[in-house]
Amino acid sequence: MATNTQVPAEVRPPGGSQPGRTHRPGRMHWHSRLRQWGPGLLLLSPSLILLAIFVYGLIGWTINLSMQDRHTARPSKGFVGLDNYVNLFANDISDRFVHSLKNLAVFTVVFIGGTLLLGLLWAFLLERGAKAEGVFRTVYLFPMAVSFVASGVVWRWLMNAGTGENAGGINAIFEDLGLGFLENPWWTHPNWGMAAMAMPAIWQLSGYIMALFIAGFRGISHDLREAAYVDGATSYQLYRHVLFPQLTPTVLSALIITGHMSMKMFDLIMSVSGAQWITEVPAVYVWQTLLTSDYAKSAAISVFLLVVVALVIVPYLVHVNRAEKRS
Amino acid sequence: MRLSRRVSVAVVGLTALLAATACGDDGGGGTAVKNVEVFTWWADGGEKAGLDGLVGTFGTACPNFTFVNGAVAGGAGSNAKQVLASRLTQSDPPDTFQAHAGNELNDYISAGQIEDLSAKYTEWGLTNAFPAGLISNLTVDGKIYSVPANIHRANMLWGNKTVLASAGIAANATSLDAFFTDLDKLKAKGVTPLALGKDWTQLMLFESVLISNLGADKFIGLWNGSTPWDGADVTKSIADLQKLMTYTNKDRDTFDWTDAEKLIMEGKAGYQLMGDWEAADLDAKGFKDYSYTVFPGNTGVFQWLADSFVLPKGAKNAAGTECWLKTVGSAEGQKAFNTKKGSIPARTDAVAADYPAYQQTAIADWKSLKQVPSCAHGAGCSQGYMGALNSAMGKFSSDGNVSALQTALVAAAGQFAK
Repeated sequence: MATNTQVPAEVRPPGGSQPGRTHRPGRMHWHSRLRQWGPGLLLLSPSLILLAIFVYGLIGWTINLSMQDRHTARPSKGFVGLDNYVNLFANDISDRFVHSLKNLAVFTVVFIGGTLLLGLLWAFLLERGAKAEGVFRTVYLFPMAVSFVASGVVWRWLMNAGTGENAGGINAIFEDLGLGFLENPWWTHPNWGMAAMAMPAIWQLSGYIMALFIAGFRGISHDLREAAYVDGATSYQLYRHVLFPQLTPTVLSALIITGHMSMKMFDLIMSVSGAQWITEVPAVYVWQTLLTSDYAKSAAISVFLLVVVALVIVPYLVHVNRAEKRS
Repeated sequence: MRLSRRVSVAVVGLTALLAATACGDDGGGGTAVKNVEVFTWWADGGEKAGLDGLVGTFGTACPNFTFVNGAVAGGAGSNAKQVLASRLTQSDPPDTFQAHAGNELNDYISAGQIEDLSAKYTEWGLTNAFPAGLISNLTVDGKIYSVPANIHRANMLWGNKTVLASAGIAANATSLDAFFTDLDKLKAKGVTPLALGKDWTQLMLFESVLISNLGADKFIGLWNGSTPWDGADVTKSIADLQKLMTYTNKDRDTFDWTDAEKLIMEGKAGYQLMGDWEAADLDAKGFKDYSYTVFPGNTGVFQWLADSFVLPKGAKNAAGTECWLKTVGSAEGQKAFNTKKGSIPARTDAVAADYPAYQQTAIADWKSLKQVPSCAHGAGCSQGYMGALNSAMGKFSSDGNVSALQTALVAAAGQFAK
């Protein structure tokens, strides 16, 4: 029904309105357009209204809160502009916010790098025609079905920081195998703890990235491979110059998906370490400030996170939108 | 026809949705002013049993009123605090709510959300029933705003008797220096000398060290702003804490207090500093081979924390709340609550024989020792202050930087101390 502006004869109202249509074309034009998209809009309106209030309205409310002097359960003492944002970087006790950003950076780099490498490797192996491909695909994809909270509890035990006699989890396996030198403090390491924290996330998401890459490989026309072989390309040349360049959109999607997940990471960290200094990231910091009734500060961190995630997502959405319009 | 059918489907859908949202909130209101809604996070275990005991006493003492349980479970009170904050903001307070006695109440007091109870203290005879040190810790600008239901002691050192004996430790150390000697003996035996957990348990340990080095009065001053955090005695305390950390389990940041307690029970560690809920917990777990003593250097000091109840401004049934508070402060109410929860009464007239062994000594100490508040449990500092200190302790646990910790402490005091 989308493009046809002519109302079909059988639904025209009978009699009286027919002459009106010819006499006042402008008004009827408006009428018929309303008839076209009116019912659809009416159906959509509940979700539009709810979105407007509960997403965009509350974003606005949070932005406003982040610029108030409201650091206790008491009402705001007034508008302070961007002071709360400046304080996050300049006046936070022991540079707590900057520390949480550093943690997030380490986590993000290891998490994205790990999932992309493992995902690509698995997809490559399966694409080469491994036996029982379906089984492996399921095995690799399955961890994604587990919630971060559940896997976090298990990984909390696996990444037990005790060593020697007190070793548990992976460290105990190392100990039993006589590989004691491999034992390490996992996420309790002051500088690289967040790299260990990324391991459960890599374990969970690599299979998903693998699925993306397999879809990417399948999307490449067979003609291209055949043409390359006809031209005498080796397997290496085929992958390096023909197939991998075609995977760029897949890599971009994978980056966006893992990137925005990483920046909002909360549940995994809460279930592995709980909220504490060593593993604090901005999302956990929001939680901590909220529990101490520092509403303005937690709003400021939330808005900062939203902006950072938007910086990653919005260009991608614009890009996808344009690509869809072109095709 | 087609059009009108589409419109009607849309309209029906829309109305159904709006109707569903509209009938969400009803109820409330309630019947008359007989009900007293008591808001707590005591939803299970010994805490729930204690609350039930208190409700029993309330039923006999205040037959005109009905107890309504407004407990919000989960998160050691963090869920309840969020619900409470939003209800107070909307001027829909419960008739009374649970809060840690002491400085954690400051936000509510300065927001004018809870009533002054000083006159009731005199009327109900609480001023003399509670020790003078507690009364002075509770008093804000000459007024008291809460009635404590129980008392816990924070600065206690727990030990495994067998492990201590095998290391040749015959008597409890009474100074930090002697304590370090004992820890060395335990280290030589190959056990963890001092079991420790994550940030807030480290803050408790640090507070005990501060009491040893500063004494009770200067320690109280840390929380009301009269003792500076940048003094040499604080620096020495941080250095002592750093030294104590070398005797603790390296995976301390992965431990909650019960994990550290487990090391004691399994004989893998000699000592643990923890509040006296550890006695009730060890008893419940059937472990009898434990020793307890005040933290070395804390002799004569009782570091307390307490749960208390308040009268919110605009409570629907203020008379009922007052009857509840009177019950909470009464000898019968405190007995009913504390014998079940494993804490001790705030009143000094408790009959020690009604309680288990550890609590009997605590009751005697509560009457005779100097009372100082605990920050890690909200008696000494506000929630924001506590959060900042926990974070600073967590950082110190990972980097051991003495001057950075002191800078953070000074900054936190500047931001949060009154």
